[in-house]
Amino acid sequence: MSLNAIAGLGRGVLSALTRLGRAHLLLVDILRGSGEIVRHPRILAEQVFNIGVLSLLIIGVSGLFVGMVLGLQGYYVLSQFGAAESLGVMVAASLVRELGPVVAALLVAGRAGSALTAEIGLMKATEQLSGLEMMAVDPIRRILTPRFYGGVLAMPMLAAIFSAVGVLGGYVVGVGLLGVDDGAYWSQMQAKIDFSEDVVNGVIKSLVFGVVVTWIALFEGYDTVATSVGVSRSTTRSVVHSALVVLGLDFILTALMFGD
Amino acid sequence: MAETAAAPDTLIKIRGLSYRRGSRVIFDDLDLDIRRGSVTAIMGPSGTGKTTLLKLITGQLQPDRGSIEVDGLEVSRLGKSALFRLRRRMGMLFQAGALLTDLSVFDNVAYPLREHTSLSPSMLRKLVLIKLEAVGLRGARDLMPSALSGGMARRVALARAIALDPLMILYDEPFSGQDPISMGMLVALIRQLNDAAGLTSIIVSHDVRETTSIADAVCVLSQGRIVASGTPVEIAANRSEWVRQFMDGLPDGPVHFHYPGPDLDVDLHVRGAR
Repeated sequence: MSLNAIAGLGRGVLSALTRLGRAHLLLVDILRGSGEIVRHPRILAEQVFNIGVLSLLIIGVSGLFVGMVLGLQGYYVLSQFGAAESLGVMVAASLVRELGPVVAALLVAGRAGSALTAEIGLMKATEQLSGLEMMAVDPIRRILTPRFYGGVLAMPMLAAIFSAVGVLGGYVVGVGLLGVDDGAYWSQMQAKIDFSEDVVNGVIKSLVFGVVVTWIALFEGYDTVATSVGVSRSTTRSVVHSALVVLGLDFILTALMFGD
Repeated sequence: MAETAAAPDTLIKIRGLSYRRGSRVIFDDLDLDIRRGSVTAIMGPSGTGKTTLLKLITGQLQPDRGSIEVDGLEVSRLGKSALFRLRRRMGMLFQAGALLTDLSVFDNVAYPLREHTSLSPSMLRKLVLIKLEAVGLRGARDLMPSALSGGMARRVALARAIALDPLMILYDEPFSGQDPISMGMLVALIRQLNDAAGLTSIIVSHDVRETTSIADAVCVLSQGRIVASGTPVEIAANRSEWVRQFMDGLPDGPVHFHYPGPDLDVDLHVRGAR
């Protein structure tokens, strides 16, 4: 009985490691095809549109509400210490350092990542990927590489838009509703938010998240079992794994960037 | 394994091919020759590895043992770029058509031409229209694949498969799930294209009547081996019980109606089992 459990555990670990290995090999193949996006910039533009522009609504609305909630919560905490004027710094720092990159990545994983997995998985299930191979067209270079770079490019822009809209949301609540001084909101933000410390680190985070979210989505689609149940499982796994990896990586990156 | 000589007009030469999926043996020491310019039917019941054989010939799968030569090239030893060069001379018609769903009929047929040639837009348009005319769908060029019936999708896929004027075309179950009219069109098209364009065609199918009506040679596969081969007339005259059961569609024979299992009487009286 216990031997069976150990054998089962071993099988599980081996299969997870094999999948991890396949995922890395796929990433190498995707990166090898980078020349494709130089030769066909139009395909890259289409993917930035699909992943980036089509995610704008959910990113904008979420950013606005997250910023407004930050404005409310921040005001109640800061006003207890007579520091309500620092609301702008608090809202901006929270967004630029953490919430912008992380929440944008989670939203992109849910909206665009799942769509990528389902699209690639269905292309596999309907033999479109095999069809491309039989036309002597490498599906990794032609289909996966442009989507990968589309995701990696779109993510920092979406995170920046999330943060910018969030700062405005915080302004609407803090200055508009709760009476924080208009000048103080912006001037403290300008004085305390450091470009390289806060903004650049936030952009690095969202670039890393862009790589992992798109990579996971593409791998799950490409590695799917070509049945309806297989594609549905891969789509779920794509979102769950992306969310877990983003949150885990965020902790590591935060510790490395701000943990001195 | 004794090396068997192939005739000089052999396009595909398979020798000692073995392939297994997990513990299941799909092919065991299979030999097969396919003559240039012929229509060869590979037949057998579902699950005998007919599609797998096509994937092995086109290098989508690697054999465990044995050799597969296509036009003198050993497919399993080709690197990626050499394999892709060979595939430009192979067309394949997939069961579901495998059209790119976000491109129109015209763009689907133009796809391989745009990828592998640098034709001017007007030349490309003419070529695509000629290919679509050959399958009778020139008028459907602006439709999206979702607006096509199953038979039309297969004909578009066929136009795409012949876009680069290949040496050979492989058909994976071209007739399954087709209404009689589409079926008749596809049957006639496959033979016409083969003769008009000087192709070599391989049809994997279990539709006996349609396939044997246009095939020059028929190979019947069972349990990883070829159990009968020859012209359709020779196969029709074959007295082997197995071949007769398959060709005549008999419900019982060497291939049993019942999937192997314990005796019914024993099975019904086992307590607590499901």
